Amino acid sequence: MKQLFTFIRKEFLHVFRDRKTLLMLFGLPIAQIVLFGFALSNEIKDSRIALVDYSKDAVTTKLIGKIEASHYFDIRRSLASGDQLNAAFKRGDIKMAVIFPANFGDDLIHTGKATVQVIADASDPNQATTITNYFQSIVADYNAELAGDAQQPMQIMPEMQMLYNPELRGAPNFVPGVMALVLMLVCTMMTSVAIVREKELGTMEILLVSPFKPIYIIISKLAPNLLISIVNLFIILVLSDIFLDLPVRGSVLLLVFCSILFIMTSLSIGLLLSINAKTQQAAMMGSLMGMMLPTMLLTGFLFPIENMPLFLRVLANLVPSRWYFIIVKRVMLKGLGFADVWKETSILAGMCVLLFAISLRNFKIRLQ
Amino acid sequence: MKTLRFLLEKEFRQLLRNRQLMRTLLLAPLIQLILLPTAADYSVKNIAIAVTDNDHSTTSRRLIEKIVSSGYFKLAAYTDAYPQALTMVEQDKADLALQIPAHFERDLVREDKKQLFVAINAIEGTKANLGGAYLRSIVVDFNDDIRVQFGAMTTTLQGGPAAATTEQTDPPQVSVASSNWYNPYLKFPLYMVPAILVTLVTAMVAMQSAFNIVQEKESGTIEQINVSPIRKHIFIIGKMIPFLVLGLVLFTMGLIVGRILYGVKPLGSLLTLYGSLIIYLFAMLGLGLLLATYSGTQQQAMSLSFFFINIFNMMSGVFTAVDSMPGWAQAIVSTFPPSHFIRIMRMVVLKGSGFGDIKYELAWMVGIGIVLNTWAVLNYRKTA
Repeated sequence: MKQLFTFIRKEFLHVFRDRKTLLMLFGLPIAQIVLFGFALSNEIKDSRIALVDYSKDAVTTKLIGKIEASHYFDIRRSLASGDQLNAAFKRGDIKMAVIFPANFGDDLIHTGKATVQVIADASDPNQATTITNYFQSIVADYNAELAGDAQQPMQIMPEMQMLYNPELRGAPNFVPGVMALVLMLVCTMMTSVAIVREKELGTMEILLVSPFKPIYIIISKLAPNLLISIVNLFIILVLSDIFLDLPVRGSVLLLVFCSILFIMTSLSIGLLLSINAKTQQAAMMGSLMGMMLPTMLLTGFLFPIENMPLFLRVLANLVPSRWYFIIVKRVMLKGLGFADVWKETSILAGMCVLLFAISLRNFKIRLQ
Repeated sequence: MKTLRFLLEKEFRQLLRNRQLMRTLLLAPLIQLILLPTAADYSVKNIAIAVTDNDHSTTSRRLIEKIVSSGYFKLAAYTDAYPQALTMVEQDKADLALQIPAHFERDLVREDKKQLFVAINAIEGTKANLGGAYLRSIVVDFNDDIRVQFGAMTTTLQGGPAAATTEQTDPPQVSVASSNWYNPYLKFPLYMVPAILVTLVTAMVAMQSAFNIVQEKESGTIEQINVSPIRKHIFIIGKMIPFLVLGLVLFTMGLIVGRILYGVKPLGSLLTLYGSLIIYLFAMLGLGLLLATYSGTQQQAMSLSFFFINIFNMMSGVFTAVDSMPGWAQAIVSTFPPSHFIRIMRMVVLKGSGFGDIKYELAWMVGIGIVLNTWAVLNYRKTA
C-alpha cells in the first residue's frame, strides 16, 4: 500500500508541475460554462428581412408597422424590385423576403382577400420554418383585427405553461450538456495520454520490471485525473448556480455520486484507448477526433435522440454522456431523487465496470 | 528552395509511414461524416403527449384524435388524473401534458369559451416552442371545425337567420403564400454536411500541425533542425504544407461523400470553394503553429488545441445560429476563423454565392491568418 501512495504522489507531482496543462484543465470548464451558458440559444429573433412593397397603401403600411413592432424581425431594407432578392440572399444579408403585390389593399377591400408572398432562405430549414411561422402569426393577428370586435363563438383557449424553464433560456439545456461533454472529454483525453507517454518515453519498461503491480500503475495514473475532474465538477456547479441561476434542485450528494461514476467511466475509456495506442499522437487523435463530435451529437443536448435513425439511437445508448445528461437534467434541473435515475445510474455503473475490466485484461505487462 | 524540398520529403515520409495515425486522420472524419449528419435533425416530430381527459365527451375525444393524427404528436398516455400526466412529464416519459377539463363541451356550447391546460417541458427550448406552436395551430383548426359543425346544427334548427349572420361575419382575409428557396424540401443534412465537414477538417489540420511540431520538441529532434542552417520560415513552411495537402485531401473526400450520400452538390464554383479553403487552412495552420510555440509537451498542445476546437465547434454556428447570440458573443465569434468558413461553405454550397458575396468573410479570414502566423513566427525561437 505504501508503494501505491508513493506512486500516486509521483503522478500528482507530474500533473501539478505542468502549469500550462493544469491551467487549461481548469480554465476550460469555466470558460465554456460561462461562454455557452450566456451565448448559446436556440431562440430565433431579429431575423433580417427585406420588404418589397409594390402596393404602398394603407393596408401594407399597417402590416409593415406590425412587422416592425415585433422583435422577431429586423427590416434591413426595402427593395424596389424582386430582382435584387437573389443577390441579397446570396450575400447572406437577409433571411426572408416579404413581397406585397400591386393593388394589395384594393384587392383586400373589394374581393375580400389578398395574398402576401413570403420567400425564406431555407438553407437553414429550422430557421426558415420558424420565421415563416412567426410571420404567419403576425398576419393572423391582423386578420383577427379585421374581423373586428365581433366575439367568435365557441372559443377554445389553450393556456400554455412552460415547466422548469419558463423564459425558454438556452442555459438549462446547455449546462448539463456541456458538463457531460467537458467531463467526459477531459477525463478521456488526460488518461489516454498518461500510459502511452510512459511507453513513448521508455519509462514504462522501468515500471514493468519493478515489483510494482500493474494494477497499481493504472490506479496511480487515474487518481490525479479523478481528483481534477471532481474539482472541475464543483467549479461548474458553483458557476452555474452563481452566474446562470441554475442551482442543484435535487440532492447534491446524489448528483456528485452519479458524477463520480460518470467520471470513472470516462477514465476507463481513456485507459482503454491508452492501452491500445502506440503513440501519444494516436491516442490523442483517437480521443479527440474519435470522440468529440460523436459525444456532442449523441449526448442529446443539441439534437433530440428520438428523432435519429435507428442505428444512431442504438449507438447513442453506448455513449456514457447520454445517460449522464439525463441524470443531470433530472437531479439538477427537476429536483428528482434516486428513484427516477436508478436505471441510468445502473447503466453507467455497468459500463464503468465492464470498461475497466476490459482495460485490465488488455493491459500488457510485456512491451513486445 | 532545395532545402524546402528535402524537408517536405521528410515530412511526407514521416506522415505516411505512421499507418495508425493515417487511419485515424482519414477514416475517423469520413466515418463521422457518413454517420453524423443524420443525427443533426432539428425537425420536431414524435412529441410525446400525455392527455388527461376529464370531459369524456365527443368533442374531447375528437380533439385528441385530431392531435394524434396530425403526425407531430404521439400519445404517451391517456389518463383521468392530471397529476399523473405531469409526473410523466417529470420523468421524461412525455414532453407535454394536456388537460381537457370537465364540462369542456358543455361550457363551450353554453358560455362560448373554455380553457385547455397545457404543460410543456421547456428544458429543450426549441422542442417546447415548436411543440406548443403545433398544438396551438391544431387547436385553432379544431376550433374552426367545431364552429362549422355546431353552426350547421344551429342553422338547421333555427332556419334562415343564422345563415344570414354567417354571411355577415365573413371578414376580409390576408393569406400568406410562402416558398422556401435554396432548400425547398427543407432537408436538414444539406445544411449540416458542409458545416460538419468544416469541423472535421479543422480538428484534424489545426491540432495535427501543433502536435507534429511539439513532437519534434519532445523527442529532441528539433534541436538538430535548430542547429542546422535551415531558415526559420523554411522550416515552418515545410511543416505547414503537408497538413495543407492533407486538409485538401480530406475536404475533397468529404465533398465526394456528401455528394454521394446526402446529395450535397455545391451550387457555387469549386474555385471559390477551394480558394476559400486554402485561406482558411492558412489561418488554422497559423493557430496550430502558435499553439505549438506555446507548448513544451504533446499533452500541453493537446489541452490547448482541445480548448480552442471545442469552443470553435460549439460557437461557430454549426449547431446554433450565431445570429441569435448576444452582441458581445457575436463579436468574440467573429474572431474565430471557422465561423467565417462555415458561413462561406453554406453560402457557396447551398446558394451558389460567388467571391463577391463572401468578400467580407474572406477579408476576416485573411486578417486573422496574418495575425496568427506573424505572432507564431515571432514567438518561435530557434533556440530551445
